[in-house]
Amino acid sequence: MSSFWSWWIIVLTLGSFVAIAALLWWNMKNFTDVEEGESMGHEFDGIIELNNPLPRWWTILFWVCLAWGLLYLLLYPGLGNFQGLLGWSSSNQHVRSLEESRQATLEAREAGLYVAYDRERARAEEQYGPIFQQYASLEIEEIAQNREAVRIGQRLFLQNCAQCHGSDARGSLGFPNLTDGVFNWGGSAEHIYTTLMEGRVGEMPSFYDQLGEQGIREMTAYVLSLSGRTVDRDLARAGEENWVVCAACHGPDGRGNIALGAPDLTNNVWLYGGSQRAIEETLRYGRNGVMPRWDSILGEDKVKILSGYILSLNAE
Amino acid sequence: MSTTTNQPVEYNLKVVKQFTIMTLIWGIIGMALGVLIAAQLIWPALNFDTPWLTYGRLRPLHTNAVIFAFGTSALFATAYYIVQKTCQTRLFSDKLAAFTFWGWQAVIVAAVITLPLGITTSKEYAELEWPISILILLVWVAFIIVFFGTLAIRRTSHIYVANWFYGAFIIAVAMLHIGNNLAIPVSFTKSYSIYAGAVDAMMQWWYGHNAVGFLLTAGFLGMMYYFVPKQAERPVYSYRLSIVHFWALITIYIWAGPHHLHWTALPDWAQNVGMVMSVILFVPSWGGMINGIMTLSGAWHKLRTDPILRFLIVSLSFYGMSTFEGPMMAIKSVNALSHYTDWTIGHVHSGALGWVAMITIGAMYHLIPILFERERMYSIRLINTHFWLHTIGVVLYIVAMWISGVMQGLMWRAVNADGTLTYSFVESLEASYPFYFVRFVGGVFVVAGMLVMAYNVWKTIRSEQVRASEPLATQPA
Repeated sequence: MSSFWSWWIIVLTLGSFVAIAALLWWNMKNFTDVEEGESMGHEFDGIIELNNPLPRWWTILFWVCLAWGLLYLLLYPGLGNFQGLLGWSSSNQHVRSLEESRQATLEAREAGLYVAYDRERARAEEQYGPIFQQYASLEIEEIAQNREAVRIGQRLFLQNCAQCHGSDARGSLGFPNLTDGVFNWGGSAEHIYTTLMEGRVGEMPSFYDQLGEQGIREMTAYVLSLSGRTVDRDLARAGEENWVVCAACHGPDGRGNIALGAPDLTNNVWLYGGSQRAIEETLRYGRNGVMPRWDSILGEDKVKILSGYILSLNAE
Repeated sequence: MSTTTNQPVEYNLKVVKQFTIMTLIWGIIGMALGVLIAAQLIWPALNFDTPWLTYGRLRPLHTNAVIFAFGTSALFATAYYIVQKTCQTRLFSDKLAAFTFWGWQAVIVAAVITLPLGITTSKEYAELEWPISILILLVWVAFIIVFFGTLAIRRTSHIYVANWFYGAFIIAVAMLHIGNNLAIPVSFTKSYSIYAGAVDAMMQWWYGHNAVGFLLTAGFLGMMYYFVPKQAERPVYSYRLSIVHFWALITIYIWAGPHHLHWTALPDWAQNVGMVMSVILFVPSWGGMINGIMTLSGAWHKLRTDPILRFLIVSLSFYGMSTFEGPMMAIKSVNALSHYTDWTIGHVHSGALGWVAMITIGAMYHLIPILFERERMYSIRLINTHFWLHTIGVVLYIVAMWISGVMQGLMWRAVNADGTLTYSFVESLEASYPFYFVRFVGGVFVVAGMLVMAYNVWKTIRSEQVRASEPLATQPA
């Protein structure tokens, strides 16, 4: 912050301390012309006030708290831009990107500053890193067979993945079920690992402009027929005539394409719902699915163990 | 130095009566809503699949109803009563006072309609959209004029300490309300705050915590400074203590907001200054408690026979407890455990049900026979029943929330040997159910007490027994 605001904060903070100390000091002595314990002489609707002294223990407590407050602001950040004598901060302040954050971490380490978040991360890395490394040295398929590794993978899943995919990994509308063996981006160990490391953006465009309302109804019927659902044959046949548009991603037989994340439309597994209405909506408005990337958050070792866990959920 | 004239004053008690009755009605509604949403947390089906009965919409209605309908109506009633009695003069303007009553009720009715409809700014305790927000401001300006106008035409030489607290509360709330509600309207029912990001969060909690500090603390301390010495018939313990704790309280409270944002994107310096001030705040807060409780010295025996005094004194005990608990929770390392858990909910309710509600109920039991010119409340035994129902309810509530809060905090941070977390969030939620039930039962006790009070008040007003002693000069309403 600018030095004006820094001084603004310092003056207001210390000013408050001084004002309160002066107030306390002034009232510790009997400044009135009334004897201690006697009435102040005002009377309000029958209420009078006595001139009793401040309780001693309370006054001492006040001074102790004020002194502690000043000491704290001397040791830790608080008074504007003054960083405090301990060089402590909770995390690198004012960083606006991961890059800046990494840079700040390095600089803080060199300057010998105590950045609590960085220190805790480093400590955790030191303590727990070897445990994860030990399992991460295995192949993902081996991890899926290792009971202890799977248990660690499940805990990682519950803390990082369950928010979207559910505690039981069965997903919900818009969030894939990870236990049914159906993977739009591929279900091999390698594919799952890549999905976790790099994230995925699955985009289904809107076809309203191209197909129109009637075209969407026809295409919906055809799509439903692909997984063997009962549909109006004429509608489906009309839809099939436009299939070439969809085949670009979903393939000529509608079995999808894992390179594009285009779902298989023949297995009756629906990420955004398989009702006629849901499919019409998908065609009309398109869909956008984002799986975030976890490489910089969890790191390779944990992602490998998680991949093993996901794989284990789909083992027959 | 005392009253300058012995001529009887014609007080405006009409507006006091109106606010008093609405305090009772809104209290029952607001607390019953609390019980309903507490039940919804155990039995989610109680939202009946109706959008406007869902937890997310009724919870802000509950908080608005208890803070602004119940609590603030009580503050209006007692501020108008006390400022007249301790200044020995009638309210500065009857018309403006009437406007504050009807305007404030309109604000609350608007809240009752808009919040269940989902019309909200989404700022906690400042959810009401901009047209209502402007009405609040108009009412508040009228309140300022009536209150300070009355102080200006007082017939006493000094201003009684209760009025310092009411005055600070009224001015600070105006400042906070304007500061936090600055927004750009995009339609009649939607506006967007002019603040963004961490600045928005800081403004919100500068407002939020000082709503607690000035409305729920300073205002009710004003109430305490009148009704405790009145009911105990004892002098206020220490004039000098009241000077120190008043000025220290209002100076320090305004800094405390950042403790709601510990370990967030708020810069370290703001978090630390907030924490330091919050911890120091414990001392002036206790100054008020000491002055109230010590006012009873020489009259402790009255606690045995007078349940109204018991309400007042126990409220001060809860005040002392929550103003000790609050500063402790503001310490960053304690906050790392307590934040986002039910401990916070427990803390708020030990303040809201223990301090605010009990001091209000005590004050109402003192005030109602006077306002309606009755000798005393219809039944002292029913006041005693209310006292025990309320006390048991509050204790059940806060103990349940303490246990579940600390449990949640410990579960969230429990770590396995491999560094992964031991529990998922859902597991901590599942473990909280028994405590949610105890909290619900506590709430039922509190509402039952309020219904006993309503009956008692009804019988008091309807009784024929007219006040004989200490005749009150009343206005021809």
